[in-house]
Amino acid sequence: MKKIIFGIAFIVFFSFLVISAINMRPFGNPAFSEMDDYFIKNAQSEAGANNAVTSIVFDYRGFDTLGEATVLFTTIVGIVALFRRITK
Amino acid sequence: MKEMSKIVRNVTNLVYGFIIIFGFYIIAHGHLTPGGGFQGGAVVASAFALLLISYGQLKAKKFLNINIFSLLESCGLTMFIVVAFLGLGTTFFYNFLANSGSWFGHMVIPGINPGDMNTAGVLPLMNIAVGLEVFAGLGIIVLLMADGAEFTKKKENS
Amino acid sequence: MIGNFPYIAVIIFIGLGIYTLIFKRNLIKIAIGICLIENGVNLFLITLGFRKGAVAPIYTQAPSGQAMVLPTPQALTLTSIVIGVATTALILSMVMMIYKHYGTIEVNEVRRLRG
Repeated sequence: MKKIIFGIAFIVFFSFLVISAINMRPFGNPAFSEMDDYFIKNAQSEAGANNAVTSIVFDYRGFDTLGEATVLFTTIVGIVALFRRITK
Repeated sequence: MKEMSKIVRNVTNLVYGFIIIFGFYIIAHGHLTPGGGFQGGAVVASAFALLLISYGQLKAKKFLNINIFSLLESCGLTMFIVVAFLGLGTTFFYNFLANSGSWFGHMVIPGINPGDMNTAGVLPLMNIAVGLEVFAGLGIIVLLMADGAEFTKKKENS
Repeated sequence: MIGNFPYIAVIIFIGLGIYTLIFKRNLIKIAIGICLIENGVNLFLITLGFRKGAVAPIYTQAPSGQAMVLPTPQALTLTSIVIGVATTALILSMVMMIYKHYGTIEVNEVRRLRG
């Protein structure tokens, strides 16, 4: 009985996904690209790097990388705390 | 975890040095070719996973020490934050070494060029810091999980 | 509609991930389902930033005279992949601790908090 209710809910949710995937904009024409055109044109002179993706990750959006490094560090501290009963 | 056969151990002895050097190459050239800190750190950590699998967990504990990995990871995150604070004269995370003539500061020829390693300011230092943190962190995860697998297996034998 | 094939691949990933979250009872299969959903979302982020007939946004020895792909979704996907790795590692560690404490990893049997 529970499986029938879960099955109907899953089919309804999956039909939402299918309808939105068919009505997406055509693949290969991004809509608003002014910010990325500025990055492609000026990343070599302002950041001095040939790699536009690395200059975005570490220079234009460095705060996101700081948050991500902190998340990775916190996860490792959590795993060491979980396994501490073994190594004692 | 038992160690694997002699063929596997011999191939591992030949190959793991090249994997570590290739990982450091990807980390160091992050501002010229695709790659950077996170990708290179994952490649170096896979070399440690190869060593751990082919030598078994008891023997691998003798040459992979968890305390050194923990120290390296903390040094990596601290170096990242210190380099971010050094440009505080203008703003936080300012690229104060780009196009300046000192340590990593050559000017870049605009357009398509073969890459010059001496460019891009603060970016190689941040790549090295993040690469250190990622490979030490993933090494700690792999070692602790191997230890935990031994611990949870002993109960069902008794 | 055949031109939208990457989006159909994305919804197959997410649909399979949610199916294993709802209908399976082994804890490791549930962890695999969570990992599938995260990978589907990463694929969706990358396919949003593609231009037809363009090359990678790197200036070192690039072929000349061609447009470049948008670099911002690739930078966001890098962060998302690393966070996915951290989440999967933590979930698998907790599954190991549950097995040590209860002796089983069926979801219906690890119901009560024992002291």
